Amino acid sequence: MANQAQFADLAMEYMPALYSAALRMTRNPSDAEDLVQETYLKAYRGFGGFSEGTNLKAWLYRILTNTYINTYRASKRRPEIADVEDVEDLYLYRRLTPDSGGDLGRSAEDVALDSFTDDEVKAAIESLPEAFRMAVMLADVEGFSYKEIAEITDVPIGTVMSRIHRGRRALQKALHHYAESRGLMVSASAHTAS
Amino acid sequence: MSGSVDDVEASRCAGDPHGIDCDEAVHQLYHYLDGELTDDRRREIALHLDLCEPCAGAAGFEAELRQVIANRCRDRVPDALVRRVADAIQDEERRHPDSA
Repeated sequence: MANQAQFADLAMEYMPALYSAALRMTRNPSDAEDLVQETYLKAYRGFGGFSEGTNLKAWLYRILTNTYINTYRASKRRPEIADVEDVEDLYLYRRLTPDSGGDLGRSAEDVALDSFTDDEVKAAIESLPEAFRMAVMLADVEGFSYKEIAEITDVPIGTVMSRIHRGRRALQKALHHYAESRGLMVSASAHTAS
Repeated sequence: MSGSVDDVEASRCAGDPHGIDCDEAVHQLYHYLDGELTDDRRREIALHLDLCEPCAGAAGFEAELRQVIANRCRDRVPDALVRRVADAIQDEERRHPDSA
């Protein structure tokens, strides 16, 4: 049984991660702040029942996710059923790799990867339908395992896996769109010229 | 060896002719990078990546992309939010002093 007096010491360090997740979920800074505050209050009240030795970060994410679903998505009674289109494996890699291959290819991909801005990556994630957005964010930004994500989102592990994989491929397509709009898809020649 | 994954995808891999083919390696790549494979399966993919340059290039890219996504998705927490949360918890402590 956890002691409430320890709560702030243990839980506050996760605020940057929770706030980023809240922003991606709500897509609105003011809602994200309210969501984080509410999450911490609920966590504090429930901390007595939190069993030490279990994953505090995952527990906080579970509260964040449930609060988001119950409060900020209250207008929609059922989860968003929007799907992502099927995108092939290695979507971005294949479009960034020059046909010629060889050593230059490596650099062209690095240049393209480095060129993505924070705003572009955030917008690409936020463009995914909610279920896919949460799964990708929890896996790739927060580094949770499939099992942890299944517990946080209360979804079977097979569904989690499929959402992560399909969400990632859809994310690559969204990123490709940004790179393309900046003319980056000709990066091989641009790189040679620079 | 050719530099394109597509060239070798449909047939046996020239670099890893006795192991799994490139198509399978690519399909298992997310599980592999996520550390969600059994030991046997993980070794198979790891061996393939050691032997097959195009697949290793693709795996390296996917791993780097993930790093980029994680690094670019950080937001600065507003100071006001830190104070709000600390105040809210203090209020709660005052209201229910016994539970602490």
